[in-house]
Amino acid sequence: MLVIDRYKCAYCGACISVCKFNANELVETFVRVDEEKCTLCKMCVRVCPMGAISVEE
Amino acid sequence: MDYDYDVVVIGAGPGGSMAAKTCAEEGLNVLLVEKRQEIGAPVRCAEGISKEGLERFFEIDRKWIAREVSGAIIYSPDGTELKLSSEMAGNEVGFVLERKIFDRDLARMASKAGAEVIVKTTATGMEREKDGLRIRLKRMGEDYEVTAKIVVGADGVESRVGKWAGIDTTVKLGEIESCVQYLMTNIEFDPDFCHFWIGQKYAPGGYVWLFPKGESSANVGIGILPTMTKKTAKWWLDRFVQEYYPDGKIVEFVVGGVPVTGPIDTAVSDNVMLVGDAARHADPITGGGIANAIKGGYFAGKVAKEAVDAENYSKEFLRRYDEMWKNDFGKTLHRNKLLQKKFLKLSDETLDRLIRSIAGYNLEEISVKRLVLELIKKNPKLLWDIRHLFT
Ligand SMILES: Cc1cc2nc3c(=O)[nH]c(=O)nc-3n(C[C@H](O)[C@H](O)[C@H](O)COP(=O)(O)OP(=O)(O)OC[C@H]3O[C@@H](n4cnc5c(N)ncnc54)[C@H](O)[C@@H]3O)c2cc1C
Ligand code: SF4
Ligand code: SF4
Repeated sequence: MLVIDRYKCAYCGACISVCKFNANELVETFVRVDEEKCTLCKMCVRVCPMGAISVEE
Repeated sequence: MDYDYDVVVIGAGPGGSMAAKTCAEEGLNVLLVEKRQEIGAPVRCAEGISKEGLERFFEIDRKWIAREVSGAIIYSPDGTELKLSSEMAGNEVGFVLERKIFDRDLARMASKAGAEVIVKTTATGMEREKDGLRIRLKRMGEDYEVTAKIVVGADGVESRVGKWAGIDTTVKLGEIESCVQYLMTNIEFDPDFCHFWIGQKYAPGGYVWLFPKGESSANVGIGILPTMTKKTAKWWLDRFVQEYYPDGKIVEFVVGGVPVTGPIDTAVSDNVMLVGDAARHADPITGGGIANAIKGGYFAGKVAKEAVDAENYSKEFLRRYDEMWKNDFGKTLHRNKLLQKKFLKLSDETLDRLIRSIAGYNLEEISVKRLVLELIKKNPKLLWDIRHLFT
């Protein structure tokens, strides 16, 4: 599962732009992930300037 | 059919506000929608813009400007300084903006020209409706819809409008600068210059910048390419700050991504035009996107007017917007994308050699073109493969 640390996230939107599957969305001040669509490809993990995203087994 | 609006603009950054302002001035019925509750905040920007980029469209208002600068200093990995500055005293070449004020003022100008502006409202989707579009909006949890002949997608790096319209704007990992910036006080630097540190040593695939906002406060930030390092942008910036400004105080935090894809094939689809970061119009060398967002917004507004007059909102008709931005800044985006690819391949030692080769010169014209031409002149062998970009 993709986990976004709300305390680290600065709602910048960078992670949205790299998701091929339209699985994430920046809702005002937080990122919402659609688990049905997310393939855990980790593109968003690598782009996040804050290191706020991780994959939990 | 009757539409609620001629044009709905999604996103009130510089691109969207400029599009809405232009549409309204042309007499169109326009709605500008912004999902944040405050236009201009949080800032996702180092706020640098050339004098020319602002003057082309506005009578400059001093309250937009935090600081004027007369040039730039580039530091190579071994610390060699290259100064780019205008000889004439008082000949400022660039501004460091206060974007919280600038963005808001631009939205206000749009509103004054007659655009309807709504904040804390998110566009969540759209579909075709006869010749136009039905746009879904969400305001404080409540869903509603409006119809329009044209949608301008100015929704920034996280843009969805392109995807809704079938324009694939997904950015690859090697095409986005991952950025963190601190507004710092209590630091020392030459406040008449913008400062840039280049090389893998400082910022893999990007650079570190310091843009003065006052005598002792500045935006100190970094952009890196995620394909070139496993560490985060924040990690790299913290490292730099510890070494160079250990006593500095961080009073504001800025985070963002700058899409540096180079020009996309098309920024239009039926009834839809994309502007600014949504159209991936930021410069691949400098990462600057404000000036192009403003230009794109202006062009899109003009084309919207023509389309409404002609009652033709087809992709074919809207292609004249593509032509306008391509003829204006599209060529520079293309050239700078190729330059970026070339520079990414250079080692830190080579960068040192390049910077040293022209370090003593006084380059008065401050542009990527002038700088690279000088480098080519001094290093023809090393840079022979990019010579053609400038002929
Ligand atoms: C750290 C950093 C430093 C930078 N430094 C510089 C610099 O020094 N100089 C420079 O020229 N450029 C710089 N840039 C780039 C510059 O900030 C952007 O290119 C510029 O802001 C693009 O303007 P825009 O209008 O396209 O988008 P934005 O300014 O990003 O505005 C997009 C707006 O759309 C809104 N929005 C998004 N989705 C929706 C939706 N679904 N519904 C409603 N509203 C929505 C957003 O909330 C936002 O307000 C920097 C970027 C970063 C990240
Ligand atoms: S990239 Fe990171 S900081 Fe930015 S919105 Fe996504 S999770 Fe938050
Ligand atoms: S892991 Fe991949 S699919 Fe899932 S949200 Fe991130 S980028 Fe999208």
